[in-house]
Amino acid sequence: MTAPPREPPGTEQAGARAGRARWVRVARFTGVPVRVSVDGIAHEAHAGESVLSAVLAVLGHARLNEFDGGKRAGFCVMGACQDCWVWVDGGRRVRGCGTEVAEGMAISTSAPRLEAADG
Amino acid sequence: MSAGRTDVAIIGGGLIGCATAYYLARRGRRVVLLERGFVGGVSSGVNFGNLRLQGRHLEQMPLALRAQALWEGLEAELGESVEFWRQGHLFVALNEQHAAQIEAFHHECRPYGLETELLDRHRIAERWPWLRGPVVSASWSARDATVNSRLVSPAYARAARALGADIREGVEMTAIAREGAGFRLACADGSEVLCDVLLNSAGAWGGAIAEQFGEPTPVFAAGPVQLITEATGRFLENVIHAVDGSIIFRQTQRGNILIAGHPRVPVDFANRRSRVPPRKLATNLARMLELAPHLSHLTLLRSWTGIEGYFPDMIPVIGPSRTTPGLFHAFGFCGHGLQIGPAVGMCLAELILDGRTPTPIECFGIERFAKPVTADRAHLAAEFEGTLLDKIGAS
Amino acid sequence: MARAVIVGAGPAGITAAATLAARGVDVVLIEEGRRGGGQGYRAAPPGLDLPMRRLLGGDLAAWRRIQARFVALTMPMKGLHERFPGFAGQVEFRPGTLAWNIADSVVHTECAGTLDEIAYDALVLATGATDRIMPVPGWTLPGVYTLGGAQTALKDQGCLIGRQVVFCGASPLLYLAALQYARMAGAAGARVVGVLDTTPFAEKRRALPDLLAAPGLLLKGLGLLAALKVRGVPVRHGVRLSAFTGTDQGEGAGVDGVLYQDAAGRTQRIECDAVAFGFGLRPESQLAELAGAALRYDPTFRQWFPAQDADGRCAPKVYVAGDNCRIGGARAAEAAGLIAAHAALADLGLANGGTDTQLVAARRTLAAMERFQRGLARAFAWPHHWAAGMADETIVCRCENVTVGAVRGAVLDARGGERELNRVKAAVRCGMGRCQGRFCGNAAAEIVAAALGDAQAEPGRLRAQPPVKPLPVTAAPKEPVT
Repeated sequence: MTAPPREPPGTEQAGARAGRARWVRVARFTGVPVRVSVDGIAHEAHAGESVLSAVLAVLGHARLNEFDGGKRAGFCVMGACQDCWVWVDGGRRVRGCGTEVAEGMAISTSAPRLEAADG
Repeated sequence: MSAGRTDVAIIGGGLIGCATAYYLARRGRRVVLLERGFVGGVSSGVNFGNLRLQGRHLEQMPLALRAQALWEGLEAELGESVEFWRQGHLFVALNEQHAAQIEAFHHECRPYGLETELLDRHRIAERWPWLRGPVVSASWSARDATVNSRLVSPAYARAARALGADIREGVEMTAIAREGAGFRLACADGSEVLCDVLLNSAGAWGGAIAEQFGEPTPVFAAGPVQLITEATGRFLENVIHAVDGSIIFRQTQRGNILIAGHPRVPVDFANRRSRVPPRKLATNLARMLELAPHLSHLTLLRSWTGIEGYFPDMIPVIGPSRTTPGLFHAFGFCGHGLQIGPAVGMCLAELILDGRTPTPIECFGIERFAKPVTADRAHLAAEFEGTLLDKIGAS
Repeated sequence: MARAVIVGAGPAGITAAATLAARGVDVVLIEEGRRGGGQGYRAAPPGLDLPMRRLLGGDLAAWRRIQARFVALTMPMKGLHERFPGFAGQVEFRPGTLAWNIADSVVHTECAGTLDEIAYDALVLATGATDRIMPVPGWTLPGVYTLGGAQTALKDQGCLIGRQVVFCGASPLLYLAALQYARMAGAAGARVVGVLDTTPFAEKRRALPDLLAAPGLLLKGLGLLAALKVRGVPVRHGVRLSAFTGTDQGEGAGVDGVLYQDAAGRTQRIECDAVAFGFGLRPESQLAELAGAALRYDPTFRQWFPAQDADGRCAPKVYVAGDNCRIGGARAAEAAGLIAAHAALADLGLANGGTDTQLVAARRTLAAMERFQRGLARAFAWPHHWAAGMADETIVCRCENVTVGAVRGAVLDARGGERELNRVKAAVRCGMGRCQGRFCGNAAAEIVAAALGDAQAEPGRLRAQPPVKPLPVTAAPKEPVT
């Protein structure tokens, strides 16, 4: 048995899909492609795909725990554990497992800077 | 079970009861505290944690300032954290009437030793650039603080226990009888307590005890609603508090936003149940977002309330019974009991042991209810929901 | 016309909705997900090319039955009239809707940020269950999921949670999930690298008398085990899980192995990049509690369920059905949904008088399934005894990062510790986070009980607080409330 392949540091863009994707797709979506981005990385998802599934097709984690910064990648996948909340489109919060992707959705696994400044 | 003898018995293990038990024990007195649930479980541990000085009834200022000094040293005194945080308090005027109130208070509180700073819109925008809504002016008090109210009564109870006080949780007092110059208390578990002095610190239930001794009061119960969001990045180091109490919020040290806001809501006093009216959530959240729209991405995690005792004049009863030597009352703190709690406990210990206290508390005497008191609806409209005012016959 | 609100469109909710609608009751069926079927019999999103026969094996027929019932129910013109002669009621299906509170015979909902209120004459709560968790060091690592979560990734999204997956714990879902993965993994070059059952095999033999209450299901379970062996999946019994290893920091964050003690006490390790684990199910009972149900401790399952009569009544006008009130699985849920709906009809004065043969059969099914589930509780035992020996630094509350040591410390405080779970929560924040104690509550209760030194004591439970799941702070009613 071998450990999953690890990407050397600094190859984020190129290695994202090949190396760090956490989930493994075994059934295809046949519907319309939906373009999204995950932390700035472009990804082609499909209608019906969940935000969590799109994130974990690109990255190995979905969020950072706010108290220790540890990476989390969801847990219950059925809307109970609340450990897959992500940010979309610059501020809106969604639970990754219960939200379907939408065309152009920009998904972020970490909090955008709190816009507390004036203006 | 045989009756245990003690110097002082305390009925009700909220902050007042626990603090009094502690200060009595510190002076070597034998204390038994009877709490039918858990200490601080019904009222003292469910509030916003505001140690607010500004905007207090002026007659409470000496008591409040004495309390603040106690708070400032309390963690060292009790030997554990209550998350005391001298974070300051911004009283926000949302209309000209509020502005006049904070300006008047600014002058009135100074002789008592409290300094507040009046801020115009420009100054407010400098320090709280994210603040929105119809803010007219504000008053800043740097000495105001917060605590985690859940931790306070248990901390006092543990410290009192360490000094020998007998703090009994889950023991319900069922009957009080006069015995000689003292009292005999019967409890639901069959135990009895004999005491020389009895303190009634039973919160919203304190009225029933006072009434038994010929001192009826117009005490009534209500609940303060609290909401809490998930944690977010730090941006707020102090309490934001609309002058009329319609919205009050702060960010905890972990980053959650804790939100309160009047009016207080009805509770099921008879069954000792309190629930947040569902519509209250959206109301208070909308009020917070009016002042802090940049928090619109957050989610709300929990809501809760409790059962507090109130009087129509919005000040508590503190002091000796006028009918029964050896009996003392301290209940109905009208939602303002947390901040003054430690000083009330100290004053009660002094009253009980010395017969007097240096802090002026005469205005809180129960004798003020010897003549009928009517609830002034206009005065209380911002404080309580209408159905509650109907119930207490406010007009 | 009477209105029934049903929360949860799984087997129990769908069956209750169909039964009530057939007798002319207006039904509002609330579902947090997008489609009907529940967690077990969910419908994949349209367009996902899942080979259902391969995936579900012998469960295909039941899945088809539930899905057909749901489709008929929510598209009445297509067949409800034929299926239910005399049908008169309407069914309004509200997907994507969270029931977040219940007060004064009104269900409070949120859908896409809009709050709504639905008054009811009868309320059927069919909110199901989630995996019950006993924490294992490393259980918050990326790549560690519940058994139900692993199944959902597959059945809802067509994904495996990793390439080398370990299934572990003690749960009726253990072999089922592992086999579903084994059936689907080959094409992607993924595989199930091990199944670690924490219950000794001897306990399964002892559970046989109760398991024989549902011989079909027992055979099915044995079939799962045999099928895993045929596929070469290593299965170990009576293990103790020591840790899920890996890191949650940096580029390579994720689980990389499972450390365990085998039945002989030897330390073993399996390399993997994903773990699915769980220890049976815990009920989603929060809404029942808010609706006024009392909670009752069941020593067999070592957890609390809404107290109910034989027909699911748990509070005035409120009925519970399915795993949220009595862990029983899908067949029991269908039966309980039918029984609860009949109770509601009787209480609404709409009973048809005679004895419904379906109802008699449902009661028989429910009784058999209850006995079977008691057997399962033994065959897949909740390892409550682990609580006493768990390392202090293990995280128990994954939302607030509260450790086992903190919970224990609140109880063992030399100056006067807490003796009740909600007080421990107040002191150390265990259960205060986003999930409201769903995944730490059972374990925290056992840790408190163990620290109190009374292994037989009833572990406490965390009280429900509204909202039962997070609400956006911008949530507002469509019409401003005055």
